[in-house]
Amino acid sequence: MIPSAFDYTRPTSVDEAIRALTDAGEDGKVIAGGQSLLPLMRLRLAAPAMLVDVGALGDLRGIRDEGDWLWIGALTTHDEVVHDPLIREHCGLLSQAAGTVADPAVRHRGTLGGSLAHADPAADLPAVAVALDATLLARGPGGERSIGAGEFFQDYLTTALGPGEILTGVRVPKLGEGWGYHYEKFHRTAQAWAIVGVAAVARRSNGQIGEARIGLANMGTVPVRASAAEAAAAGAAADRDALREAAQRADEGTSPPSDLHGAADYRRHLARVLTGRALAVASGV
Amino acid sequence: MTAETAAPAAEFGRSRLRKEDARLITGQTNWTDNITLPGLVHMAFVRSPFAHARITSVDVSAARAMPGVIAAFSGVDFPEQGSLPCAWPVTPDIVMPPHPPMATEEVRYVGEAVAVVVARDRYAAADAVEAVQVEYEPLPPVLDMRTALDESSPKVHPQGNKCFEWVFGNGDIDAAFRDAPVVLERNYRQQRLIPSAMEPRAVVAAWVADEVTLWSATQIPHVLRFALAAFFAIPEQNIRVIAPDVGGGFGSKLQVTAEEVLAVLVAKRVGRPVKWTESRSEGNLTVHHGRDQWQRIRVAADHDGRLRGLSVDLLANMGAYLMLVTPGVPLLGAFMFNSIYKMDAYSFRCTGIFTTEVPTDAYRGAGRPEATFGIERTMDELASELGMDPMELRRRNWIKHEEFPFTTIAGLTYDSGNYEAATARAVELFGYHDLRAEQERRRASGDPVQLGIGISTFTEMCGLAPSRVLGSLSYGAGGWESASVRMLPTGKVEVVTGSSAHGQGHETAWSQIVAEKLGVPFEDIRVLHGDTQVSPKGMDTYGSRSLTVGGVALNGACDKVIAKAKVIASGMLEAPPEEIEFAHGVFSARGGSGKTSTIQEIALATFAAHNLPDGVEPSLDSEATYDPDNFSFPHGTHLCATEVDTETGEVSIRSYVAVDDVGRAVNPLIVEGQVHGGLAQGIAQALFEEAVYDDDGNLLTTTLADYLIPSAADLPSYITDRTETPATTNPLGVKGVGEAGTIASTPAVVNAILDAVRHLGVRDIPMPCTPERVWRAVQAARESGGAR
Repeated sequence: MIPSAFDYTRPTSVDEAIRALTDAGEDGKVIAGGQSLLPLMRLRLAAPAMLVDVGALGDLRGIRDEGDWLWIGALTTHDEVVHDPLIREHCGLLSQAAGTVADPAVRHRGTLGGSLAHADPAADLPAVAVALDATLLARGPGGERSIGAGEFFQDYLTTALGPGEILTGVRVPKLGEGWGYHYEKFHRTAQAWAIVGVAAVARRSNGQIGEARIGLANMGTVPVRASAAEAAAAGAAADRDALREAAQRADEGTSPPSDLHGAADYRRHLARVLTGRALAVASGV
Repeated sequence: MTAETAAPAAEFGRSRLRKEDARLITGQTNWTDNITLPGLVHMAFVRSPFAHARITSVDVSAARAMPGVIAAFSGVDFPEQGSLPCAWPVTPDIVMPPHPPMATEEVRYVGEAVAVVVARDRYAAADAVEAVQVEYEPLPPVLDMRTALDESSPKVHPQGNKCFEWVFGNGDIDAAFRDAPVVLERNYRQQRLIPSAMEPRAVVAAWVADEVTLWSATQIPHVLRFALAAFFAIPEQNIRVIAPDVGGGFGSKLQVTAEEVLAVLVAKRVGRPVKWTESRSEGNLTVHHGRDQWQRIRVAADHDGRLRGLSVDLLANMGAYLMLVTPGVPLLGAFMFNSIYKMDAYSFRCTGIFTTEVPTDAYRGAGRPEATFGIERTMDELASELGMDPMELRRRNWIKHEEFPFTTIAGLTYDSGNYEAATARAVELFGYHDLRAEQERRRASGDPVQLGIGISTFTEMCGLAPSRVLGSLSYGAGGWESASVRMLPTGKVEVVTGSSAHGQGHETAWSQIVAEKLGVPFEDIRVLHGDTQVSPKGMDTYGSRSLTVGGVALNGACDKVIAKAKVIASGMLEAPPEEIEFAHGVFSARGGSGKTSTIQEIALATFAAHNLPDGVEPSLDSEATYDPDNFSFPHGTHLCATEVDTETGEVSIRSYVAVDDVGRAVNPLIVEGQVHGGLAQGIAQALFEEAVYDDDGNLLTTTLADYLIPSAADLPSYITDRTETPATTNPLGVKGVGEAGTIASTPAVVNAILDAVRHLGVRDIPMPCTPERVWRAVQAARESGGAR
């Protein structure tokens, strides 16, 4: 397919990028790896008049250990997320989930920041971000601010980023001692989006689940936390039956879509089954 | 061993790497879209957003005024556009509605072309498409074959929605069903599929004076040239069609398309060469689709499983129009529902139905996968009904190896086969009995992941086709193939084949045939194809026909070269022709002078022509055609084990064994590749692929995000083997392999899924067996009380 005509700029500083984006207004879009935006443009479902390529912005690159969390630059590719030793050690859920994104070609071009800013509820990494209580860092005309993952995703393909704001990086809390994790992705082919994805972390102590956090992909217009199941899991015995019981509440408060790949009731059922499985792996039972 | 006595390694049966692959895999070749010409301009089509509508006006003026736009036309601008051809009027009273390349009065599927713009680049063309104003008056769509023949149904064409009814049978079907102890009826849906060749369709057309050259990503350059001449009034001698390297077709490029015809007409009108390359989504909307049948199958049997009779009643979706072989596709299945089984009577009826959907036509297997699915699913159901092992049921009914040649109830004579041998090998490789034992254990323990075993013992008719048979089925052309062999003065060889390769490996296999026959090195042989000026005669590539028809033609051309060379060798070696022997590229006189001459030396001598015997013409070359006497009948036994997660409905293939008998294998590696690709496509029908229309007739599966094609990551490692029962109907003993994997695998997978959950009370799951469908089937069975 052939996209509509557009202008393109590749600024070399974040300030310059913010200016370009602000000048473009509604017609401007940030492009990083292009793995979400370009398909939409080629199908003419999106027709931005100005693309601001953030690929040359060094401030958006890198992975740093900042004590209780890792700072991961927005331009970090999925493939880097999969293989980076720091991320694997402290935020293994992110590495695991990134390894399930699409195919190797997409993982080498697509970026963590791009996936989060695109805010497709069917994508894997937004669900991981809410499960991990990540903090998203943005810079815009008004300066820098940090946004909790729970507030960042506002609606289908819609985020809390304001006009001229650019996602620069993500702060991901390290999972401490006693925590386990698992990403359970249910999809029909390896390259397909999740019909339902469950990102779970759990802390186990004395044969019980101390705390669990669960992010769901493709169970609504935004990635959501399975709060009822989290509450039910907390304090539950660390065994399969108890976790399966807690997971029966995984779909509470969700509003999953019905589409070619699954009706809403099937997605609800899957969310319950997969949450049970993800919790079991995350808590090592 | 001396150099003189060392025979070169046999070329037949040698797993050579394919000589064409480097350029195909790297793309360093002339794909149609890579072709550029001075002054080339680009076409883009305005397509109907309605499944059915009257066109009240088309206004292209705004598009014409846009920057970079050279021209814009609607259908009425081309009174000469005529009608796209259908070469297979299967009954005398078939309804064959006109099919203009660009609609003028009515559109009958979403995606049908209504206007075309021509611009300096693809971007300007795509922008201009959005500026064309088309007014439609929507009409009701026709989307369900089962109600399309009702009086109250809207009509796709004024003549109504029935295209044809074709009946066929043998034996006393009423007697077979009368008093039969076991009668079973099953209804199956063959879902609509979208052929997805790696290379999209692409066309370039250029006129010089009154001569036109059409480059097209087509399987059928020869048929296309004939069609342009016969149906669009272009003198045949002025048409050159070139199929450069073509990236797959699977039947989708066995077509004369609107875009090809319009490229030729538009290039003439604008006086410049034009190009069009479809996007994947445009392709999904407009390339002909495959399958799409409702099958009602009744079988009558004795208590011991012996088949008495089989009755098949099909509804076949033609789509909105008849394309090249649309109505003939389901009829290719008419002779295959009986498959490898003996029975007393058989009846077949097919009703072709028009709908407001994309026309259907040949897709890998064309009619035979549908038939094989119908019979193999039914055999499993019958086995279940009888409480018999499904393998045992097949054994009791199949043609035994000592019974060949065997004339089936459908009237075909199978020349050869050995179902016992292929099955024995498959059972051994599969570990059939161990898996059955594991299945029992899982059932007993109520494991949420159940195991199922699926069987498909299949045959197919391929090597299309004896021309007289095609004639008797009202097909508009023959089924022969041509080949020529040219020994060049330096001893190298040019081979010309009428079989138009599009990824199958002709250049390698044909080189092996020539190397074996003429004793020249494999590397010295060049195979030319796909250009009607280079290869003037041919019937092209489809229906697993290339080797069994085209390869045999090449064999004949090699024999002619050897015969002529013997006459020349006779002069050079001073011995009578009947005393000249030929082996491994060397001519020698039996018991004579001890003098020898290589075929390369003879090639040079015939070029120089200094001392040719009287009546022998210069140059060492030949041409042969071959028209087969019979189809060929490859067969095999495929076994599939699936694990079905009853909690989620997820199906995973645990193991897949394919033992195929394709007769002699010229290149076992190519055979293996064809089987692998075929399995992938057949498994895709079972588990993944389906073209879905909504209630308004909009295609929902326009991208590969919604039309799911499995990749290597989604498929198991296959275990493949071959038995080799040579065909007796051609001198090479070959049978064809292009479609076998696709035909066999779909029922093997679905049978395995049903086998995993039948004990829970599940009787059927429509294809593709998506996790949701499997889960719902299990849920429904549980809610209705489980197993019967």
